Amino acid sequence: MRPIIKVEKVSKRYWLGSRAHYAMLRDRIAACYMRPLRAAFGRVGHSEQRKVEPASIWALKDVSFEVQPGEVLGIIGRNGAGKSTLLKILSRITEPASGRIELYGRVGSLLEVGTGFHGELSGRENIFLSGAILGMRKAEIARKFDEIVAFAEIEQFIDTPVKHFSSGMYTRLAFAVAAHLEPEILLVDEILAVGDLAFQKKCLGKMGEVARHGRTVFFVSHNLPSIEALCSRCLLFNRGHLVDDGKVNEILLRYMTAELQPDSGSCPLTVHGGRRHGSSQIMASVTLSGANRKISAACKMGDCLKVSVSFESEQSFTPVLSVTVKNMHGLALIRANNQFTGFDFSQRQKHGLITCSFKKLPLLPGRYAIDLSLGDGFRELDAVSDAITFEVLPADVFGTGKLPPPGSAVVVWPAHFTIANRTQFEEMEMAPAGEQQLAED
Amino acid sequence: MAAPDLIAALGELPAEPLITIDGGRRWPSLGLRDLWTYRELLYFLAWRDIKVRYKQTVLGAAWAILQPLLTMVVFTLLFGRLARMPTDGEPYPLFCYAALLPWNFFVTAVGNSSSSLIANNSLITKVYFPRLVIPAAAVAASLVDLAFASAMLVVMMPWYGLGLHPPLLMLVPLVAAATLFTAAVGAWSAAMNVKYRDVRYALPFAIQILMFLTPIIYPVSFVPARWRWALELNPMSGIVEGFRDAVFARQFHWQTLALSFSMAAGLALLAAFIFRRMEREFADII
Repeated sequence: MRPIIKVEKVSKRYWLGSRAHYAMLRDRIAACYMRPLRAAFGRVGHSEQRKVEPASIWALKDVSFEVQPGEVLGIIGRNGAGKSTLLKILSRITEPASGRIELYGRVGSLLEVGTGFHGELSGRENIFLSGAILGMRKAEIARKFDEIVAFAEIEQFIDTPVKHFSSGMYTRLAFAVAAHLEPEILLVDEILAVGDLAFQKKCLGKMGEVARHGRTVFFVSHNLPSIEALCSRCLLFNRGHLVDDGKVNEILLRYMTAELQPDSGSCPLTVHGGRRHGSSQIMASVTLSGANRKISAACKMGDCLKVSVSFESEQSFTPVLSVTVKNMHGLALIRANNQFTGFDFSQRQKHGLITCSFKKLPLLPGRYAIDLSLGDGFRELDAVSDAITFEVLPADVFGTGKLPPPGSAVVVWPAHFTIANRTQFEEMEMAPAGEQQLAED
Repeated sequence: MAAPDLIAALGELPAEPLITIDGGRRWPSLGLRDLWTYRELLYFLAWRDIKVRYKQTVLGAAWAILQPLLTMVVFTLLFGRLARMPTDGEPYPLFCYAALLPWNFFVTAVGNSSSSLIANNSLITKVYFPRLVIPAAAVAASLVDLAFASAMLVVMMPWYGLGLHPPLLMLVPLVAAATLFTAAVGAWSAAMNVKYRDVRYALPFAIQILMFLTPIIYPVSFVPARWRWALELNPMSGIVEGFRDAVFARQFHWQTLALSFSMAAGLALLAAFIFRRMEREFADII
């Protein structure tokens, strides 16, 4: 069969820092006048300065692949792997530096929920506006209007300005418009990260339906279970390169075992693939240890886990560290922040080592990853996701030799159980002190 | 992979790609076909701009008439009564209003479209459509204001003893030329504004200067004959004078009009090419 998408040797380069400050016409004009002057007087210092190339990164490098009609492709990789850049190029938001792409179908992209929504306009007006922006014809929107309203479940608010909508209603309406796009190729980015669980399920269902109608879908997500549920094929990206391409189960398995390989309990952070774009490089390393201070990437259930982060900065600041423990599906389970927990470091410093201790780790056996974020209390300075991973080993925390089966829960928590027969129960209901009594038990 | 019959339901794939993306090409096409495909978006964005502009205003669309009307009153007092500016024998208020119609359109439309790309940056980084639609929609929205303001002519012309005569039909091509020129300046400054934020400060200043180089408070005859050529380099002066000729049913200056029209069209073409060349960077630098 002929492919519906052909991507040949596509590359995209971003110039670092170009986002941070906008070019000023003034600088350009000044440069025009200075150049002949410099040439005439041959000032060495300046000519050297001119030769400095601005730093750049290849967001995508020589990426080639083909997609058959009706395929549902999952795209995975760490932050900065090039997933979003690929979607932006395919949807023609930005142009590649080199390479060629052929698309044998109309393209619809959902890179954000509520693209083109305007708060002042009513739900009805926004459906038409957003539909037109996403590439729908007016007649097409009018035909699907009732269906969209029903999907979003906002019938009675359709003529209210959307600025008065709750965030749930807003999201539902926005997705409902997007879900009724009918391009041959649909590009979707992380869209399911919003909305309540029930609506997420509905969206997943709708997307599955789209795929079953023979449309080609690109799906970028950190939510590995939803990739597994929706996609037939998967592309794995790493630092701009397409590193793996194949059946979804195989790729996901390889990603989880190889990409997030077990760490040794200590990991340098000066160069790290999980660093957020635009963060300054302040965190230098992260180390995991137990109560006995021995460095280890494994920790027994219920034991103490210490996360030590060393940092170095050119300016002194009041450090605020945030440690997020996630499971392998990317679900955040614990978020500890020294400011929230009342451990303010009032002294400004340039370097140091912050240790966050989880006294009794309530996690079930399995692999976990840690996201780190270091700030000064007002803004985030440095953030690294999946900074390090660790293993929680089973332990007999209940003293019964029993644990919840793997995958049935995410955390363990001490719980007390009592039982009362029917008459005792009724007495407790009547007695006003009953509640207190129960709690004291 | 989907069953073959489902793919059959979608139809065969076209032999030629619908969309080809080529990295590294230097000069882009104008993309007129793409622009035509998205003509409904142009309409919706213009409609949104108009709707949103007059939401939560007490006077609403009356602003479109009030602005040129109040400017006319001030100019009439200052330049008509106090300075006794010559008007080729026409009543100063109407003389001034006829010029303010295209000029106010030019000023508001250029102002709106020059900031339109930045105002819509969330669209530019999240969804594809021909970017020219954005500044074009800002100009189109200002056309509606121009229509409201022009309606005042129906009230003012009989007041000064003028009938609604046939030369008024010339307003249609005149507005078209004004739109082309305005869209050219608007699109170019919008694109420049994405890259160089200085435009935001330079543009209002430049427009203010241009107002004195356009015969709005004075007639063309006020300018010494040997300097008239300088006026004719400004397409707006031909258009403004054309508006007056239409309102007062005077002889049109066809030569000046032809020059203004061709300059407007040429600049529109040039601006479109420059815009298309610059738009490739928009999503990365906005």
